[in-house]
Amino acid sequence: MAVLDHRAELNRAGANATGFFGTARFLMRRYPLGAVGAVIVVLFVLTALFAPWLTAYDPTSTNPRASLARPTADHILGADFMGRDMWSRVAYGARISLAVGVGSTFLGCLIGVAVGLTSGYFGGWYDLLIQRLIDIMQALPLLVMALVMAASLGPSLQNTIIAIAIPLVPNVARVIRSNTLSLREMPYVEAARAVGMSELGIAVRHVLPNTLAPLIVLATAQLGAAILTEAALSFLGLGIPEPHPSWGRMLSESAAEYVRTAPWLVIFPGIAISLAVFGTNLLGDALRDYLDPRQRT
Amino acid sequence: MLDDVKPKPGAGAATGSGNVLEVQDLKKHFPIRKGLLRRTVGHVYAVDGVTFSIKAGETLGLVGESGCGKSTVGRVILRLIEPTAGSIKVEGHDITRLSKAEMRPYRRQMQIIFQDPFSSLDPRMTAGNIVGEPLGVHGVGKRRERRDQVAQLFERVGLRRGQMDNYPHQFSGGQRQRIGIARALALNPRLIIGDEPVSALDVSIQAQVINLLMDLQRELGLGYLFISHNLAVVEHISHKIAVMYLGRLVEYADKRTIFTSPKHPYTEALLSAVPVPDPAIKRKKLVVQGDVPSPMRPPPGCHFHTRCPYAVDRCKVEVPALRDLGGGQLVACHLR
Repeated sequence: MAVLDHRAELNRAGANATGFFGTARFLMRRYPLGAVGAVIVVLFVLTALFAPWLTAYDPTSTNPRASLARPTADHILGADFMGRDMWSRVAYGARISLAVGVGSTFLGCLIGVAVGLTSGYFGGWYDLLIQRLIDIMQALPLLVMALVMAASLGPSLQNTIIAIAIPLVPNVARVIRSNTLSLREMPYVEAARAVGMSELGIAVRHVLPNTLAPLIVLATAQLGAAILTEAALSFLGLGIPEPHPSWGRMLSESAAEYVRTAPWLVIFPGIAISLAVFGTNLLGDALRDYLDPRQRT
Repeated sequence: MLDDVKPKPGAGAATGSGNVLEVQDLKKHFPIRKGLLRRTVGHVYAVDGVTFSIKAGETLGLVGESGCGKSTVGRVILRLIEPTAGSIKVEGHDITRLSKAEMRPYRRQMQIIFQDPFSSLDPRMTAGNIVGEPLGVHGVGKRRERRDQVAQLFERVGLRRGQMDNYPHQFSGGQRQRIGIARALALNPRLIIGDEPVSALDVSIQAQVINLLMDLQRELGLGYLFISHNLAVVEHISHKIAVMYLGRLVEYADKRTIFTSPKHPYTEALLSAVPVPDPAIKRKKLVVQGDVPSPMRPPPGCHFHTRCPYAVDRCKVEVPALRDLGGGQLVACHLR
């Protein structure tokens, strides 16, 4: 039911492409930066999925003899002071980043959509109350909110996801609410009301599917922010606990002590974080241009 | 011709009057709220006492300029907007104060066709699902039976079965309006309210859609409330015509009577504004000066007195009642 009609979007973007490859070629030429972003994101996801096949070492097994090993053929990105292979840790770290990024974005969108849809559709006092609560939440930066949440929930993968998801809710709720406000006045909503459809049915069948495009755009943009926030939380010791490899904590463990003597311990997780965030942001920008006609020139 | 169309046997109403719709002194005043406490500081008198009825197989054309309340009348009848006062009877049953749940069975009796064929169809649903939606809402038949029914509806309005899985953007404006008509027909209504259903279409397409509507009326004995500002279209499709000005009916009569001997100055002015495609014909022109007064502060007495060339003192104080001038021609004017 709630599917995006790609042909419609393609036509609106001015494409005259047929087939999968024709479409892909059109998109690449039209959104070159978005294509770069898409490639980075695909590589990131593949690394996360196939980490065990891409690495030779267990990311948590220590080896005193390899302590602080330089990048060589054995350890292509070197090893940390406990002798854990950095490439393994970076590759497995992609899993954590992806899990937290996707998990918290999904959870944040789920709650945000429910809040925004009801707020925009039913209005009145409920809307007023929700919007003032959202004002309060939006007054705090994402990281500060996440910090407060993470500190009160305690460090674990699940809690990190929740801690990052909650601060994402206001953004999603705002966008969905404003969309709902305009959609509920559409004649096709009136038509549904005229046949006697329930208000809940209208909200789910007509309003929600039409907010999907902006939601996808928003979710991609939030994904980068979520990954970055996870790294920041872990860097500050409030995110993913040991022994799971998290890019953020890899930085914090090594930054002070080894940045001069073993810079590869800082550089590679840093590059991983930057690339993942950069890729999702590029993809998000291209998706916005593609799916949001108001941005299109 | 069309005037001879008789309602099908059995198409009549519970009351025996044969009226699918009776509207009695209908009013809709929208409150204007201002300030922090949302106090009501005034009203927009969108509909201010409108009375008419529609028989099965009959079309009532409701005409008037923009902002006179025509569309509001249509929406109030469907209870998409709550009426302020008056009564609405569908097939003899009073639906004015029914609750949402009580309204459900009556929703099957009356449907609406919208002006804009683009925004009236959900862009993310297939044409087949759009037409089948009313059936689903009212739980008519099983899924497969519904699909068959939708296919029949498609053929009835001149679309192909194979187009059921297409999305609205793949259709032209006229085809989209046909989808809208199929959706309105899905529940077998007795009354269809057309809110400017052809104003957004090309003239050639307008004729096709109008003819489709007239064919459907002949086959199904539907009653139409046809809201429009286009007198040529209204003349073609209607049996009776009601002329509205600032929330009130000013004239209400048979099509022929209205077009041959309009009695209300406003109707005269409207008719003399219709272009005639023959430069040799010279007509008496009645040009009305000024603008429509604000519906927030309608003038006292006859609403039209501020622009009426014949207005006398009485028009400024006394509201003219809708009187029968004989032959079923009702006119609200002191001078007739």
